Amino acid sequence: MNSIAGIIIPIGVLVAVLTIAAGLIWLERRLLAFWQDRFGPNRVGAYGLLQPLADAIKLMFKEDWVPPFADKPVFILAPVVIVITVIMAFAVIPFAPGIVVTDLNIGLLFFLGMSSLGVYSVVLGGWSSNSKYSLLGGLRASAQMLSYEVFMSISVMGVVMMAGSFNLVEIVEAQRAGWFWAPQFLGMIIFIIAGLAETRRLPFDLPEAESELVAGFHSEYSGMKFGLFFVGEYIGITLVSAMIVTLYFGGWLGPFLPPLAWFSIKTFLFICGFILLRAALPRPRYDQLMSYGWKILLPIAMANLLITGALLLSGG
Amino acid sequence: MLGTLKSIWNVFLHLWHRKETVQYPEEKPYLPPRWRGRIILSRDPDGGERCVACYLCAVACPVDCIALQAAEDEHGRRYPEFFRINFSRCIFCGFCEDACPTYAIQLTPDFEMAEYRRENLVYEKDDLLISGPGKYSGYNYYRVAGLSISGKSKGDAENERPPVDTRSLMP
Repeated sequence: MNSIAGIIIPIGVLVAVLTIAAGLIWLERRLLAFWQDRFGPNRVGAYGLLQPLADAIKLMFKEDWVPPFADKPVFILAPVVIVITVIMAFAVIPFAPGIVVTDLNIGLLFFLGMSSLGVYSVVLGGWSSNSKYSLLGGLRASAQMLSYEVFMSISVMGVVMMAGSFNLVEIVEAQRAGWFWAPQFLGMIIFIIAGLAETRRLPFDLPEAESELVAGFHSEYSGMKFGLFFVGEYIGITLVSAMIVTLYFGGWLGPFLPPLAWFSIKTFLFICGFILLRAALPRPRYDQLMSYGWKILLPIAMANLLITGALLLSGG
Repeated sequence: MLGTLKSIWNVFLHLWHRKETVQYPEEKPYLPPRWRGRIILSRDPDGGERCVACYLCAVACPVDCIALQAAEDEHGRRYPEFFRINFSRCIFCGFCEDACPTYAIQLTPDFEMAEYRRENLVYEKDDLLISGPGKYSGYNYYRVAGLSISGKSKGDAENERPPVDTRSLMP
C-alpha cells in the first residue's frame, strides 16, 4: 500500500504541476487580457483552452538554434536546471494530509535551497549565450536573487519560530489555531514580494526587461529551450503561491470542502494575484530595486524576526 | 504605497469593463461610406462604362499598381481595352479616385480580399467593373461634357449652349 502511494503521489504531483504550468499560460494571457480590456486567446478550443497545446506544438517545431558563439553544453543545460529545481521544490509541498512526496524535516530549507539553485539557470543561461544583453540579464538576475533571497529566508523564520519546525506538514498543522498571516503580517508581505522577485515576474523581471535588454538572459534561446524557461517560470509561480498558502494561509486547512480543494483554491487565488500584480505594476529601475530590497525590506524582515522572537519568549 | 495598492485595485476593476476588442469574423466593424477599400470601376446610369481611359489614375498612383490601355469604340467613346489593378501593390491611398475626372474609379468599404495565391490579387477589368454607378448615381460624363460622340453633337450636353458660329457676324 505504502509503496503504491510512493509511486502514485510523485507521478501525480509531476503530472499535475506540468498541467498547471501549461494551463497557466492560457490563464495568464486570458486574465491579463481581461485587465487590459481585451479578450485574449479565445479561438483554439472552447474559450481558447487548447491554446497551450497549440503553443507547445509550435515551440516543438521551431528551429532549435544554438548560436555558434555560445558555450554549447552550458547553453543547453541552463534551461534544464530551472525546470528541475522548481519541480524538485514541489517534493516538499504538502497538498493535503498524506499527499506529500517527501515529508522532509527540513522542508522549508529544501525549498529555499532549490529556489537558490534555480538562479544558476538564469546566470548560466545569460553567461553561456555570450551576448551583451544576456550577460547583463544574468548579472541582474544574480544580484536580484542574492539580495531578495536574504530577506526571503529571514521573513519565513518568523513562521518557523511560531510553528517550532522546518517541516511544512507540521507548519500547516500548527496553523489549526489560527493562520499565520495575521501574526506574521509583515513577514507575509515580505515573503510575497521576495517570492515575486524569485520567480523573476513583472514587476521584478529585471533579468528579462524586454524594453531594455531585448529578452535579457534568454535573448539567444529559441524553440523548446526557450519554452523550458517559460515552463520553469510558470511552475515557479505555482510553487511560490503554494508556499505562501502553506506558510501563511493554513495550507489545506478549511471548513466543509476536502483538504485538496482548499489548497487548490487558495493557491489559485494567489496565482491570479501574481498575474494581477503583473498587469498593474511597472518595473522599477535597477538601483531602486536594490535600495528597496536592502534599505527597506531587509530592516523590516529583521524587525519582524526580532519582534516575533521577543513575543514568543515573553509569552511562552 | 497607497497609490500602488490603488492602481492594483483599479486594474482589477477592469475585469468588468467593456472590452475594446471587436471579435472580427463574427462581429463586423463599422466602415464609414468613404472608407478606402477595394477599388471598383463604376458604370454611368445608362449602363455604359464611365472610364474614358485618360490614364490620370495610373499617373497619380504612387505605387504604379494600375495598368490600362485606351481604345475608342465606333461611337467615338474612349474606353479602356484592359484595366488591371495589382492589389498586392496597392496601398489604398485613394489618389486614383481623386484624380479620376469621370468618377469611374472608386474605393469601396470592403477590405476582405485576402488570397492564398499572389497572382489572384491582380484584378482585371471584369473583376473591377460593377453594374451600378457607385457613389455618384446621376452622373454621366458624356451627358455633361462638351465632347461630341455619335448621337450627341457639340452643344447638346446639359447646361451647354450651342457653339458660337464664328462664320456669322450676327450677335
